[in-house]
Amino acid sequence: MSVVTDTPGVTAFEIPTGREEAWRFTPLRRLRGLHEDLTGARELPVTVDAAPGVRVETVPVGDLSPSAAALDRISSLVRSAAASATVVTVPRDLVAGRPTIVRLEGPGTSPAAVGVVHVVAEPFSEAVVVIEHVGSATAGTNVEVQVGEGASLTVMSLQDWADDTVHVGRIHAVVGRDARYRSFVATLGGSVVRLVPTVEYSATGGDAELLGLFYADAGQHLEHRSLVDHTQPHCRSNVLYKGALAGDPALGETGIARTVWVGDVIIRAAAVGTDTYELNRNLVLTDAGRADSVPNLEIETGEIVGAGHASATGRFDDEQLFYLQARGIPADVATRLVVRGFFADVIGRLGVPEWESRLLAAIDAELGMAAEVNEDDD
Amino acid sequence: MATLEIRDLHVSVDSDAGEREILRGVDLTVRQGETHAIMGPNGSGKSTLAYSVAGHPKYRITRGTVTLDGADVLAMSVDERARAGLFLAMQYPVEVPGVSVSNFLRTSATAVRGEAPKLRTWIKEMRSAMDALAMDPAFAERSVNEGFSGGEKKRHEILQMELLQPKIAILDETDSGLDVDALKVVSEGVNRVRDTGEVGTLLITHYTRILRYIRPDFVHVFLDGRIVAEGGPELADELEANGYDSYIKAAASA
Repeated sequence: MSVVTDTPGVTAFEIPTGREEAWRFTPLRRLRGLHEDLTGARELPVTVDAAPGVRVETVPVGDLSPSAAALDRISSLVRSAAASATVVTVPRDLVAGRPTIVRLEGPGTSPAAVGVVHVVAEPFSEAVVVIEHVGSATAGTNVEVQVGEGASLTVMSLQDWADDTVHVGRIHAVVGRDARYRSFVATLGGSVVRLVPTVEYSATGGDAELLGLFYADAGQHLEHRSLVDHTQPHCRSNVLYKGALAGDPALGETGIARTVWVGDVIIRAAAVGTDTYELNRNLVLTDAGRADSVPNLEIETGEIVGAGHASATGRFDDEQLFYLQARGIPADVATRLVVRGFFADVIGRLGVPEWESRLLAAIDAELGMAAEVNEDDD
Repeated sequence: MATLEIRDLHVSVDSDAGEREILRGVDLTVRQGETHAIMGPNGSGKSTLAYSVAGHPKYRITRGTVTLDGADVLAMSVDERARAGLFLAMQYPVEVPGVSVSNFLRTSATAVRGEAPKLRTWIKEMRSAMDALAMDPAFAERSVNEGFSGGEKKRHEILQMELLQPKIAILDETDSGLDVDALKVVSEGVNRVRDTGEVGTLLITHYTRILRYIRPDFVHVFLDGRIVAEGGPELADELEANGYDSYIKAAASA
């Protein structure tokens, strides 16, 4: 299936025009040339707070094995432009005592900046790695994840960018035999953010959970395209993305909150015994929101445990608001309850209490902005 | 003593066929400590009365007044009405996914009481109220109304009534869809609140069945958007025996 990857040109991927399936939702004009040329790009400053026992190294990109993540033009440009990569290794059998935090801080919007992070969970290790994106940037990032045999790894990517940031990134994971991988993507900040989390399996018994939440305010374009490629027998995948849209109707076109979710799952002929499900739900809070939700399921074998998908985009339910208000709860508190409730299941699956609280607090902060928008309407 | 006064209330809704008047001049006074039953056939506007008093945005008040101890209820937002002491037990309580019953109840109690109840006493209070309604403690951790059976939804409504201690409670067809056991449990809950003498109750019902468990002081027959007959509990017995037919005929020939 070619919906996620570009067609390579003779020497490289061609510059997307916006007519390609993979790029048709992306506002290319707002990418500040990220998709054209990254010559002269600098590196995103990285700081790492590693859990005891977790190794952190900075290595020349040239020393890394050829990138599986470089499947489109921007990720291959990022790899060419980056001199070094941050490699986080969870040694064999280590059960990390706390999350390892990799913080990428935007150095400003010009020139563009690139970041390459590799996370390696060696066999039978257990760890949580949080990649936090903050500040202003025009950023291209490649994250590559290897989950070794029997390992259990959660990689959270938090996009808490400043309002002027443009970010295009890939998060590619290879899941080993009987390994468990949980990807959690939380996109709150940034002007344009386009992330492509992808999963492949290197052996049987792998289990991948791709979770995501996004909250788009006026003018934000937040796009997530997941791909799970089932090439191995008896693997599982579960994709759950939830988004809220709170544009500002008073601002016209520029006030629209825009989100895109595309979820691709391929079950290859060899992938018998596959069990997969994907779900996207979007909650439209104001009249200025547009959500695209496209699940794609391609099945090449019938000998599977299950395969399904669901997608729904709904308006904020006024009946819920009435019910809560009829119990004395003021409208703003009621709205917060409903939106927190909407995200509760996806946040609850992160499994890292301290970061679950931080996400809830971040959503409350977003709602503060939405409430102001609503007041402006009156 | 708290008094809810409804005077010449006219209410319309927007439908495909344009504006439609549903309430055509309702007069009703409910005082703290009293129990009123409003009975009428389906489509007579009983529920519209309940939702209009609670402030549902679907209903437009075109004439008349609603006051609680003289204060203009119609000028209040939905949550202000609840904080002023009005409570509506809904016929179709709304699901709120991801919001636990315990979180919802505490948020609600905090709003109505004006301060957050102390956590320890609150849990005790909630547990004992749930126990009285034969509700499993695990219920508190479920999402509000999500996947609840009909009986669970109604118990949950009465649980809220017991915890929020309103001045005036309107119960919109709380008896519908309940089996006899559930009806008894729910009625006992309503009677516990009534026995405090602190609440005025307006029971809206299609059937006389619930009136065997909750004895009304006043019965009002509701038809075609207004009250057409009033009396004591004996009126309910008469309706049980003869139904609404004589009222419908009288209205048709009027």
